[in-house]
Amino acid sequence: MKTLAVSLRAMLLLVLVTGFVYPIGMDVIAHIFFPHQADGSLIRKNGVVVGSALIGQPFTQPRYFHPRPSATPDPTGSGSVPYDAAFSSASNLAPTNGAQVKAVSSAAKAYRDENGLPPTQAVPADAVTASGSGLDPDISLANALLQVNRVAHARSMEPSALKRLVLSHVEGPQWGLFGESRVNVLKLNLALDSLKP
Amino acid sequence: MTAHDVTQIILAFLAVGAMAPIVGRYLAWVFTSPRIAVERWIFRAIGSDCDREMGWREYATTLLVSNGVFFAAGYLLLWAQGHLPLNPRHLAPLTPEVTFNTAASFVTNTNWQAYAGEAQLSNFSQMVPIVFLMFVGANTGIAALVAILRGFTRAGASTVGNFWDDFFRFFVRAFLPSCLLLGLVLVWQGCPQTLATSVVAHPLEGGTQTIVMGPVASLESVKNLGTNGGGFFNANGAHPYENPTPFSNMLEFLAMMVFTSSLPFLFGRLTRRPRQGWALFAVIMVLYGGGLAVIEKSEKAPNPLLAAANVAQASSSLQSGGNTEGKEVRFGITQTSLFTNTTIAATTGAVDAAIDSMLPSSLMVTFSHMWLNEEPGGKGVGFAGLLKEAILAIFLAGLMVGRTPEFLGKKLESREIKLAALALIVTPLLVLGLTAVGVTTTVGTSTIDNPGPHGFEEVLYAFSSGNANNGSAMAGLTVSTPFYADSIAVEMLLARYLPLLPLLALAGSLARKRTHPETAGTLPTDTPLFVALLLGFMLMVGLLTFFPALMLGPILEQLSLLHGVSF
Repeated sequence: MKTLAVSLRAMLLLVLVTGFVYPIGMDVIAHIFFPHQADGSLIRKNGVVVGSALIGQPFTQPRYFHPRPSATPDPTGSGSVPYDAAFSSASNLAPTNGAQVKAVSSAAKAYRDENGLPPTQAVPADAVTASGSGLDPDISLANALLQVNRVAHARSMEPSALKRLVLSHVEGPQWGLFGESRVNVLKLNLALDSLKP
Repeated sequence: MTAHDVTQIILAFLAVGAMAPIVGRYLAWVFTSPRIAVERWIFRAIGSDCDREMGWREYATTLLVSNGVFFAAGYLLLWAQGHLPLNPRHLAPLTPEVTFNTAASFVTNTNWQAYAGEAQLSNFSQMVPIVFLMFVGANTGIAALVAILRGFTRAGASTVGNFWDDFFRFFVRAFLPSCLLLGLVLVWQGCPQTLATSVVAHPLEGGTQTIVMGPVASLESVKNLGTNGGGFFNANGAHPYENPTPFSNMLEFLAMMVFTSSLPFLFGRLTRRPRQGWALFAVIMVLYGGGLAVIEKSEKAPNPLLAAANVAQASSSLQSGGNTEGKEVRFGITQTSLFTNTTIAATTGAVDAAIDSMLPSSLMVTFSHMWLNEEPGGKGVGFAGLLKEAILAIFLAGLMVGRTPEFLGKKLESREIKLAALALIVTPLLVLGLTAVGVTTTVGTSTIDNPGPHGFEEVLYAFSSGNANNGSAMAGLTVSTPFYADSIAVEMLLARYLPLLPLLALAGSLARKRTHPETAGTLPTDTPLFVALLLGFMLMVGLLTFFPALMLGPILEQLSLLHGVSF
């Protein structure tokens, strides 16, 4: 009985400390030092939230750079609603699953068609595979460069000027040490809109 | 591998090698120095006489009763989600079986998730019951380990310590402060920390995008430091809000190693045999490093089945390449391999990529880590498991030379060997038994996602993860059904407490024994020879049992892949 009573009091104390004091305390400190990050790294344009620097969003128009395929599911049915930031998910397809092989082949074909690339052009892996979260904000530089001609054509721009814009948006490994080079699609498209609306 | 990959791997090993001895020394101080004011205040508040020593039976009973209370509290708070605040989306509570599964999962430090965080839990549920259970689950493991260690440090003693004293010393002086610090660094990197539930954004192409957020950083830090692993979001550490940058990725997997890899040094210090600590650390790092090498190599290799689609999978200056399905561009293969190897080896179960889409040779490593489960293994219990293996390896060596086995001056006799063997057989019994049920019944096979050997791996993985108190998943398998939710919940509870009781009994029995001086005939247990013996013993006894299952799963799938067969 004594053990049970001590356990109950310990539980109440721990719920209070770990469930309230700790997270709310961190919330207060985080908002003092890093308010932008604490609120989700949101990007505003003319006062309207257009997205988060960390969360990918769908782009399908030729005038924008496109993100990776996304496997976020449709919560009400089967199939997928790409870039649903209320239900992150990967495809979970096995490398030996025939459906995966088929999905990649058709994504590669669609990618070549929309960007006017010959069948001999190898497609960057990240352009035809879904990310782990379904919300990957980044694409590889190889992927971005293959989209330059299409976007330049849609906006009547010089491809070389657009290529310069892409190269200026490459984020290298963090502090030169960690992770991989990448291009944030939303930031690139925002820069594109202000350069040549 | 490029120079950039090698640099990142070397930095990770340097960080672990530098942290582990220092943290081990710090923990030795935590558990042996006089109590500080906060701790004395807590013991008055909970009404416990923390100076009173407990025998192993009372220690075990207190552990079980307290965990029962924690489980019940977590269950009730999750069950009442609909009536609690911070739920503007009016999310209904989880089904009864998933609530049971979740409370069992988080109190046992497993953090297996049969629900999708952002879609099914309110911010209150994420912030209060989930984080509370994460703290107490991890803390219980450490307390149990310290009691088990006293079996080796005491002689002629009838007690193994006081559960609440061990529990709160670690909580106050190590766990809570480190979680607060890591959480703030993660916010700096981009993890949200807010009571707001979601923001509606207006994407450039029109429409709306509802972005779910919440108190992510406070959950994220305890998730990794406590080797818990349950994510705020369905995609876990692959989600950019949980793991925004390559540096946060590095911090998160190093956080899993901070306490777990320091335990051999805590052991070495408490027993005043630092070389013994280094020897056990070496065992852990050999298995950890071997696993990393295999995962890095197999995920970098191209998937031969995609060659026909003409996909560029090689890494170049323009892309990091590799098996990119289920992986994030910012991490690439090397950060993903480091994270995956650590999370499985340390039984955290967080993931920064989809395990289900990994290549079979990588999965072979994840399976082996989960079956061995002590390199370094979860909070406390992983290292306790390694001590159990050491005892059995010494017994085996003793048989070979015909001498009574001894470990650190303690004679290992029939009772100790029986208890260690009892703890050893729980893993194959649960994993193989339940997998057999899963793959031979319709309730088990009907929710498999991928065809062929990969489907078998999904079921085997689920029960291996539940048994290892790991919590990572091959997430294609739907596990919210009553069969999987209930069977895995029971498995997690059994796998957590069944081996712990014999190990506490073992500690009680060792603490009573006198310490014998070492003689010329004593097997030294801190030499490279012993490290090799222990490794060989672990691989043979720990893995050979599972070899048929490996054949049916990853080995068969790897052979199919090499022959260009898809399913």
